[in-house]
Amino acid sequence: MTGAETVPGALLTGAAGWAFVVFAVLALGTAIAVVVARNPIHSALFLLSCFLIVACIFILQQAEFVGAVQILVYAGGIMVLFLFVIMLVHQRTVKDAVAFQHQWDIAVLFLIAFLLPFLYVLWTERFPAIASSPDAFRAVRGRIAGNTQAVAWALYRDYLLPFEVASVFLLVAMVGAVVLGKRSAERVD
Amino acid sequence: MTITINHFLVVSFLLFSIGLLGVLVRRNFLTVLMSVELMLNAVNLNLIAFSKRLSDLTGQVFSVFVITIAAGEAAIGLALTISLFRQRRTLNVEEASSMQG
Repeated sequence: MTGAETVPGALLTGAAGWAFVVFAVLALGTAIAVVVARNPIHSALFLLSCFLIVACIFILQQAEFVGAVQILVYAGGIMVLFLFVIMLVHQRTVKDAVAFQHQWDIAVLFLIAFLLPFLYVLWTERFPAIASSPDAFRAVRGRIAGNTQAVAWALYRDYLLPFEVASVFLLVAMVGAVVLGKRSAERVD
Repeated sequence: MTITINHFLVVSFLLFSIGLLGVLVRRNFLTVLMSVELMLNAVNLNLIAFSKRLSDLTGQVFSVFVITIAAGEAAIGLALTISLFRQRRTLNVEEASSMQG
C-alpha cells in the first residue's frame, strides 16, 4: 500500500502495526487468564506478563520512559508485593470453593450497558486531524534530547505541584499500609 | 497494518472490561485487586495513545502519575488483605460482609 505513512491519524504503520496487533492479542489473552485463573499465583504471573506486554506497547508509541517506569514499578515493585502477600496468606483458602461469585448475569448486563455508550462514541466521534510531529516526545526547548529528558522537563516545570502532591500521597499510602499491617494486639488503649 | 486511535480505544476498552468483570465476579480479594490494576493499565494505554495522536507529552506525564497512584493503591489494598486475613482467616470478599444492614 503506497503512502501508508500519509494516512491521516495513523499511529503505527507497517511492521509496527503488526507488532501492535500481536502485543494487543497477547495482552488481552493474559488479562483474561488473570481473571479466569483459580490460583492467585497463576493470576499474579499472568498479570506480570500483561504488564510487560503493555510496556512493549508503550515503547512502540514512543513513550520509552513510561515503558521503563511500567517495568520498574509494576513488574519490579507491585508484583513483588503481590507475590509476597500471596505467599503470606496462601493456603487452603483459595483451592476449595467456587472461584466466582453468583452474580455473573448482573456483571455481564452491567458490561453490556457499559459497552453501548462506548460503541456510540467510537462510531460517531471523529478525532480532529492534527499534524503529528515526530520529535514531540524528544524535544526539549527546540533541541532534540531524549524522551526521559522531555518527560522530566514537563514533569518538573509544568506539573511540579502534582508531582509534589504525588509524593505526599505516597507518604500517606506508606503510613497507612504500615498502620493497617500492624497487629491490632499491639494497640495500647 | 495501519493502526489508528480507534484500534487503541478498542483494545483499551476490552482490557478495562476484563478488569471490571474480574472486580465484579471474583471472590478472592487478591484477584479483585489485580483486576483493579488491569483497569488502571487500560487507562494508561489510552493516555499514551492519545498522547501520540495529539503529539502532546502531557499524556505521558499523567500516565506516570497514574502508575504512582496504582502503586499506592496496591500497597493499601495489600495491607487491607493482610488485615482481613488476620481477622477472618479468609480472603473471600463475600464473607467480609459484617457492615451490610
